[in-house]
Amino acid sequence: MALTSRIGDWSLLRQLRGRDSLGRGEAARSERSRTLRPRTVGADRVVDSICPYCAVGCAQKVYVKDERVVQIEGSPASPISRGRLCPKGSASKQLVTSPTRVTRVRYRRPHGSEWEDLDLDTAMDMIADRVIRTRREFWEWESEGRRTRRTLGIASLGGATLDNEENYLMKKLYTAMGAISIENQARI
Amino acid sequence: MPGLGASFGRGGATTYLQDLSNADCILIQGSNMAEAHPVGFQWVVEAQRRGATVIHVDPRFTRTSALADLHVPIRAGTDIAFLGGLINHVLSNDLDFREYVAAYTNAANVISPHFQDTEDLDGLFSGFDPDTGHYDPVSWHYEPPENPTEDEKARMKEMEEDESEGSKDKQSHQAAHSEAHGSGGAPVSWKGLRDETLQHPNCVYQILKRHYRRYTPEMVERVCGITPQQFLQVAEALTSNSGRERTSAICYAVGWTHHSVGAQMIRTAAILQSLLGNIGRPGGGIMALRGHASIQGSTDIPTLFNILPGYIPMPHADQHQSLDEWVGDDEGKAGFWGNIRPYAVSLLKSYWGDAATPENDFCFDYLPRLTGDHSSYTTVKAMIEGRCKGYFLVGENPAVGSANGKMQRLGLANLDWLVVRDMQMIESATFWQDGPEIETGELATDDIGTEIFFLPAASHIEKAGSFTQTQRMLQWRDQALRPPADCRSELWFYVELGNRIRAKLAGSDDERDRPLLDLAWDYPYDDSAEPDSEQVLREINGTGPGDKALSAYTELKADGSTACGCWIYCGVYADEVNQARRRTPHWEQDQVAAEWGWVWPANRRILYNRASADPEGKPWSERKRYLWWDPDEGKWTGPDVPDFVPDREPGHVPESGAKGPDAIGGSDPFVMQTDGKAWLFAPLGVADGPLPTHYEPPESPVSNALYAQQKNPGRRILEQAANPINPTGSEVFPFVFTSYRLTEHHTAGGMSRTLPYLSELQPEPFCEVSPRLARERGLEHGGWATVVTARSAIEVRVLVSDRIRSLRLGDRWVEQVGLPYHWGGNGLTTGDSQNDLVNIQMDPNVYIQDKVGTCDIRPGRRPRGPALTSYVEEYRRRAGIAAQEAPDTEATSEEEN
Repeated sequence: MALTSRIGDWSLLRQLRGRDSLGRGEAARSERSRTLRPRTVGADRVVDSICPYCAVGCAQKVYVKDERVVQIEGSPASPISRGRLCPKGSASKQLVTSPTRVTRVRYRRPHGSEWEDLDLDTAMDMIADRVIRTRREFWEWESEGRRTRRTLGIASLGGATLDNEENYLMKKLYTAMGAISIENQARI
Repeated sequence: MPGLGASFGRGGATTYLQDLSNADCILIQGSNMAEAHPVGFQWVVEAQRRGATVIHVDPRFTRTSALADLHVPIRAGTDIAFLGGLINHVLSNDLDFREYVAAYTNAANVISPHFQDTEDLDGLFSGFDPDTGHYDPVSWHYEPPENPTEDEKARMKEMEEDESEGSKDKQSHQAAHSEAHGSGGAPVSWKGLRDETLQHPNCVYQILKRHYRRYTPEMVERVCGITPQQFLQVAEALTSNSGRERTSAICYAVGWTHHSVGAQMIRTAAILQSLLGNIGRPGGGIMALRGHASIQGSTDIPTLFNILPGYIPMPHADQHQSLDEWVGDDEGKAGFWGNIRPYAVSLLKSYWGDAATPENDFCFDYLPRLTGDHSSYTTVKAMIEGRCKGYFLVGENPAVGSANGKMQRLGLANLDWLVVRDMQMIESATFWQDGPEIETGELATDDIGTEIFFLPAASHIEKAGSFTQTQRMLQWRDQALRPPADCRSELWFYVELGNRIRAKLAGSDDERDRPLLDLAWDYPYDDSAEPDSEQVLREINGTGPGDKALSAYTELKADGSTACGCWIYCGVYADEVNQARRRTPHWEQDQVAAEWGWVWPANRRILYNRASADPEGKPWSERKRYLWWDPDEGKWTGPDVPDFVPDREPGHVPESGAKGPDAIGGSDPFVMQTDGKAWLFAPLGVADGPLPTHYEPPESPVSNALYAQQKNPGRRILEQAANPINPTGSEVFPFVFTSYRLTEHHTAGGMSRTLPYLSELQPEPFCEVSPRLARERGLEHGGWATVVTARSAIEVRVLVSDRIRSLRLGDRWVEQVGLPYHWGGNGLTTGDSQNDLVNIQMDPNVYIQDKVGTCDIRPGRRPRGPALTSYVEEYRRRAGIAAQEAPDTEATSEEEN
């Protein structure tokens, strides 16, 4: 920047020359604030979503740039939330970008003292084997002479943070497995 | 939510958040709405701006109280005594909305002469079996009609047999069944004998009057610590803001559900609102504020043991060994629930597709059967005892979030394998490394044989799908990003798991593998390598005949020509359009906003809205106009979808012997109830009594002032060494504790203690105590305190504040300790888990425990290591709690009353 323009941009001069004689507005504004743009402006796309915390169901707008989330804001169009988000909803970008988020499969062998790496495909195969084994081991055709066709050896907990479609497939698969100890947060 | 289900026919909020702004008075109780549902609270503020009175009844003065017109402090766990007092006030002063009550509730029904009230039996109703802890509801039934039909005569005979022989099988099923009233009331045998003058001594109205007669303002003061002046202020605000011209709303949350009498607390509110004529009308209703993004959804399409999608009950081994037996309890009864057969058959078709045929009962036999309580806490006990060995944790963290954390962790440590699906390393995945029991030496890492798979989950913006929020609204989320690395949606996980299990079992001729191999399980992946969730939503919506998406559950067939994954969600994919994805801005619609998302049932916002008009079909008043009969068009009309047969005339009287929807009378607004009425008295469907009654919490500093029966006689006990109970009136545990949420954290903390912003806003667990208690125990503001129960001891920072009041109960003071519950050992902000203090004794309807208990509190930090175990042991010894053996019995009733 040329020296003259830097002097011309000096806030004291702007305060003396301009209308903002108290220096609490335009005169105090820095180059940085002048060029600041909201993160939302440069987004490649804006995607409609819903806040994942409580059950009010506030609508969110997710701003994505370069395949990364840059901002999550309340959607003004929602008749329920009218654009508002609480501290949790406002912080929900960090749910996605949290530095402590785990993104790789972790495995702890029986009696092990450390986590180990495991390939996702191998993990899925091992889990399927264990379901089949435990189902056989704890299978029950009858209880006190009444047909039950089930296993009490496998249980599941969770669902209230998940989607309807996910809960639907969970219950469908578990029911076909004969597992009935299926529960979620509605119970606690 | 059987409290609402048994009262009105559906277990969901009866209204929508925006409609709170139309209320003239709002009572918030059992909820700190401004803190826990802050954005929803804007509608309460909106009502207040329009002149409504807002009342907050809560043990603590909170953010909600700060904005309310009136805060009334109450002893935690005594809400039925307070609400019962309000009911007594309404009845003894003739303040009920009599025309509404007479026409739309069961006030006029005459009850069996065998019925005995808690007033007669000092805290028990007739039909209680002290050996099992179960009620036999047979003496609570409606008296039969004067001119019974043939059908009704047959049912009378059945009932007489039940009465003489007892009906144990039905009782054992009764409890597990009560949650099945999520969308369909309990099936009474007949509409029954009614005395429209409400004078018959055994009519519901008179029984109600007698039942609550002793719930006087003085009694309320003695039980709840609320002065008669405060009580009358609330009573006057509610009654003067209800009736033809005005309506009042009630909001609640887990402050009511988390009690061993939770369903009954909600029932009390339902009775009060029915008497005041506030159900089905704008600005009225009961707003259930739920705590997770899709907790309503995960009950509607349940991951719960006792129900299938759409609240269809899981079959019970005692009674349901065929399709006919399974649907027979409800089929043909009046109302829409009487059509259960097409709903059930369509579900079986969506599960087993072509394999489900009329010849094989549509694969009914593939359904596993219940034999009792298979709920979460009972299953944890089974884990500790080695009867359950494989466990999936899917977005839930029971080591912190469930009551009695030690029991949870002991269960986890005794599994063969555990799958944890989460975004962060939660305490339930690391209990073997650094759990509290590792610190005390009760568990050792080397000894724990649990094999653990931690599978990282996709976040809410990395998958497409729908949540059902607190007002029954499905809202679709689009996918914004692909999940990173190994992260996947639950949809992917279960599709993949199903595919692999089915591939491994392919060719098996073992009969037990048929349900897996015959399963309709063909889920294509979309461009992002995730299964196409819209296709799953379409399956939930239902299709047929052919492959056409259905528009309404009235189109479902019992012949197998339709498939439907959840009948109450039928219509969410009408016209092959994802209706949950609709996003018409509110400024382009009226307040009902029917074009945003999709609400079950049939996109109705206010349930039972037929009740917003009088029996003749005219609005009760211009001011509260909502739905009315248009005689020229011959149909119901208004801003909302009618929750009624659209063309049924107001005066319609069903033909004798009519079934299902045909049997709904023109003035019966509660279309899911078998008698069309709101239930002041529940002749069926509530396991622990037809009328809510005040019992003390399982742990209480005082005796029950109303009855000799101290605690809910029907509550379920979990006998386990790690679950000892503090004795009533114990001087060792003299204080009441209650737990709660903070705005800045979420439940067990996995989604908030891991976020820098939120951790900075609420960095540490604390307790709230009154200045009086602080003086008594030498607690210093900002210092440490140790809170002790028979289960464990935890340390927290001390907040001394007038926000928590010392309560005067007759001649004594009761002190309460408030404890937020979000913390655990992992994350950016850590601390002891409040749930380690909580005992497990459960509501017999929903198997939920009491969040209230008794405790001691001392200044300073807790002992470390093995010293902690002996510290708590010493407390138990002083309190006279014997070391418990672990008997291998299921939950039973406790001897002590």
